[in-house]
Amino acid sequence: MDMTPSNLMPKLTARGVNVFYDDAHALKQVDLDIRAHEVTALIGPSGCGKSTFLRCLNRMNDLIEICRVDGDIRLDGEDIYDPAVDLVYLRARIGMVFQKPNPFPKSIYDNVAYGPKIHGLARSRADMDEIVVSSLERAGLWDEVKDRLEAPATGLSGGQQQRLCIARAIAVRPEVILMDEPCSALDPIATARIEALIDELKQNFTIVIVTHSMQQAARVSQRTAFFHLGNLVEVGDTDTVFTRPVDPRTESYISGRIG
Amino acid sequence: MTDPRQSPTETILASLPRRRRAEARFRIYGIAAIGVALAFLVLLIGAIGSKGIGAFSQAEIALDVTLDESVLDPSGTRDPETLSTANYRAVVRAALGEIFPEAVSKRRDRRKLMALVSAGAGFELRELVLEDPGAIGQTMRVWVPADDEVDMLLKGAIARESGRFNDKQLAWLDRLEEEGRIRSAFNWRFFSSGDSREPELAGILGAISGSFFALLTCLVLSFPLGVMTAIYLEEFAPRNRWTDLIEININNLAAVPSIVFGLLGLAIFLGFMGLTRSAPLVGGMVLALMTLPTVIIATRASLRAVPPSIREAAIGLGASRMQAMLHHTLPLAMPGIMTGTIIGMAQALGESAPLIMIGMVAFIVDVPQGLLDPASALPVQIYIWADSPERAFAEKTAAAIIVLLAFLVVMNLTAVILRRRFERRW
Amino acid sequence: MAQAVAAAEGGERSSLLAAAQGRRARQILGERVLLGLLVASSLVAILTTIGIVLSLLFETIRFLDAVPLFDFLFGLNWSPQIAIREDQVGSSGAFGVIPLLVGTGLIAAVAMTVAGPLGLLSAVYLAEYATPRARSLAKPILEILAGIPTVVYGFFAVLVVAPFVRDSSESIGFEVSSESALAAGVVMGVMIIPIVSSLADDVISAVPQSLREGAYGLGATKSETVRDVVLPAALPGIGGALLLGVSRAIGETMIVVMAAGLSAHLTVNPLQAVTTITVQMVALLTGDQEFDSPKTLAAFALGLLLFIATLILNLIALMLVRRYQERYD
Ligand SMILES: Nc1ncnc2c1ncn2[C@@H]1O[C@H](COP(=O)(O)OP(=O)(O)OP(=O)(O)O)[C@@H](O)[C@H]1O
Ligand SMILES: [Mg+2]
Repeated sequence: MDMTPSNLMPKLTARGVNVFYDDAHALKQVDLDIRAHEVTALIGPSGCGKSTFLRCLNRMNDLIEICRVDGDIRLDGEDIYDPAVDLVYLRARIGMVFQKPNPFPKSIYDNVAYGPKIHGLARSRADMDEIVVSSLERAGLWDEVKDRLEAPATGLSGGQQQRLCIARAIAVRPEVILMDEPCSALDPIATARIEALIDELKQNFTIVIVTHSMQQAARVSQRTAFFHLGNLVEVGDTDTVFTRPVDPRTESYISGRIG
Repeated sequence: MTDPRQSPTETILASLPRRRRAEARFRIYGIAAIGVALAFLVLLIGAIGSKGIGAFSQAEIALDVTLDESVLDPSGTRDPETLSTANYRAVVRAALGEIFPEAVSKRRDRRKLMALVSAGAGFELRELVLEDPGAIGQTMRVWVPADDEVDMLLKGAIARESGRFNDKQLAWLDRLEEEGRIRSAFNWRFFSSGDSREPELAGILGAISGSFFALLTCLVLSFPLGVMTAIYLEEFAPRNRWTDLIEININNLAAVPSIVFGLLGLAIFLGFMGLTRSAPLVGGMVLALMTLPTVIIATRASLRAVPPSIREAAIGLGASRMQAMLHHTLPLAMPGIMTGTIIGMAQALGESAPLIMIGMVAFIVDVPQGLLDPASALPVQIYIWADSPERAFAEKTAAAIIVLLAFLVVMNLTAVILRRRFERRW
Repeated sequence: MAQAVAAAEGGERSSLLAAAQGRRARQILGERVLLGLLVASSLVAILTTIGIVLSLLFETIRFLDAVPLFDFLFGLNWSPQIAIREDQVGSSGAFGVIPLLVGTGLIAAVAMTVAGPLGLLSAVYLAEYATPRARSLAKPILEILAGIPTVVYGFFAVLVVAPFVRDSSESIGFEVSSESALAAGVVMGVMIIPIVSSLADDVISAVPQSLREGAYGLGATKSETVRDVVLPAALPGIGGALLLGVSRAIGETMIVVMAAGLSAHLTVNPLQAVTTITVQMVALLTGDQEFDSPKTLAAFALGLLLFIATLILNLIALMLVRRYQERYD
């Protein structure tokens, strides 16, 4: 991996992040750096706050009325919770793929074209075609759908739908892609395809992925962060975390004793 | 396509102001839509309120009437029959003549003078005498209702120059006012009498009574029928095509235009069963069929809201399904059922079209005393008055609407309070 | 001695048992009867529908004896007035329903032009934008509109809206009837707003949150999300809500009886007076007439037409809403 300066400075930094749902303290004092052009995996037992943390990074938690976020999260050094930040702009830069594939009730083409269309990224129809095709290609879906671009996206299989959602996210050319258990609804073959895709995407994007599968974390990520009961227990190179965990809780989780 | 590594930030940033404006516009459309609805509501209530408020007062004229025995009871027998058919108008005319001796000479003037007081003035004197025959022979000051046009003039709804009054009449009225013989009093007649051709005598008691009897019938029929149907469908019915059909059928009945129910009443209750036209009984039967879906749907919802654990506990103690339902589920569901029923009754109270179809739209002076007396209903009375040309009836229409809305507010508030008080979080 | 006591006790117990069994038998019988009552009462709803259909059909068939079906359905002229007396010239009257259908359609179209956009926009605002506080203020306003009796709307149309429509259009040089379709339609539209908005609100709220998040995650604004994702997803249900609105509009009686015209003009100009099916039903059945004249029978034929039209609309609407809800269950 080349060591350009942009690679040295973290893409995203979180400092002292606390999240409350009403009175429930879901994240406690989390400090975490996300490095550019790497895959960072968030692991931990169910309910430990992985999704909550992920959703802080593109301010998706703003949609939840009872959710309150404290602390400091920066994208390229800019505070994303600054009142002056435009959510549209932020979310265009930090895309998201969800646990359950959620294609829009539109055609395959329109699903991928939607992001570029609202942001005005295509100057012409030909431009748009190119964006759609290249996004589908990079999501590894092109060969399967090239003959039915106008078919409704809801007719695709679960794995295809999830790749479509990835294509939809990368069509906007975000800098960061957040993925919340993107493979949990998929079979092993579809999972393998998406893992390969993630590995490829990290050249152009910074990726944060929540996963329940430690094998997956080990396979796709360079760094791993372990959450437990709202605390960030340990973060480090994936190899280190999995082979020589520092914290006993990490060790018991990895060896299958908690969660 | 440009280099995919390069972020399209510039383009997106450039699009932001336009999209923020679109966003603000969209939000304003939503607020405006609700604002229009609100404005309409305010306008409606304001227009009807300001129109109708006047009807609660009525101009009255003070007459010093001499209850002359030679006119009212020449034979001196005090026979009620004689007293109730006596010529009280003559007494009124004489009392007016006392005040305006100059108007007595010409017939035309006498007529114009009599036109200032209501045709009901005589009736009110008769009531007075029938109640206390001892008053005959005495002279007393009595406030009688003014004619509706006079009332309108004094309320400013008719201009002096409108040509409805000649100069002499205007002068007489001025003199009455100077002498303190004109007052504006609470219009109790509006609440104590039935319909009348004379706006100043027309009241809503007949219509309210008709509505009451119709709603009573409606309640007595639709409540048990609706609750029993709901219990059957919710607690006992097997899930099959037959019960599906009943269900679809109920949902559909809820959306059948009300006027069609009127045709049903006309053809079956009046035509086939031969019941009386214009009777609140028939009106109530038609309203009951219309209200049935509301009661059924509300009852099912509240039965469903009772947690199955309560039912299961009762059955576990050896109660039958019917006992569990009667002793446990139904009582717990009762507040919800009553709320739904009250809302259904409120809808029925506002309904006019089906009642018109079965003839509850006639001009009926007498206040109905039972289920079979010819009657109208409050909303139908509103329709009848709204159609009347006299200016004073517009005021009465609005006032009747105020009363109707007051009833509806009370009913709906009761429903809301009931729901709040008994709302349970299982 | 001890045996005797035991025997007595045994006898007591068995008689108690017998009594309990008797009670139980009576109870079972009582429950049977009660269940029978429950079943019977659930038949009333079915009987009502059958009653409606039969009475409408029966009288319509008799009407069609006097007036040919073709003349009724496709006649361009509606003037039942002249059919009052048998011996009169032209006593057959004219019972062509087309002008009534056009009039009903015109007023319903005006009503939906008001209720469609306003109802949908309020629903979108309530479901997507309003804070819980704003919602708890705005919802009751719409519910009050829904609770006002139609006769009140009718009076309001005559008292305020019709004069306003007439004066304001005359001031810009249009000739307007005081019973214009516009005035009746606008007021009817306001009456229908809550019907559309509450159904559409339910439907919009049922759109899964994951779809919204998908759009927000791409950087869509709220209005873009609503317009491009939520509304298209809710489209079938919204179609159902609008159809129920139309069904209410064509079946509505009092507003048009009070604010629309009586004579049948074949026009689609909303500034002119038109008459509707329901207005004619009321006109045909009020006043003195024998029960069997073509005039009264015509009201039933119109009623059948209205019943069929609203039934079809309601069934389609219910099907749309239900299928839509199942999709996202
Ligand atoms: N919308 C919400 N409202 C209230 N509490 C919430 C909400 N979302 C999450 N929580 C709470 O916050 C805590 C963290 O939840 P989160 O979804 O982040 O966990 P997670 O690590 O993603 O779990 P999983 O692996 O099951 O997805 C949990 O206790 C959860 O109950
Ligand atoms: Mg999660």
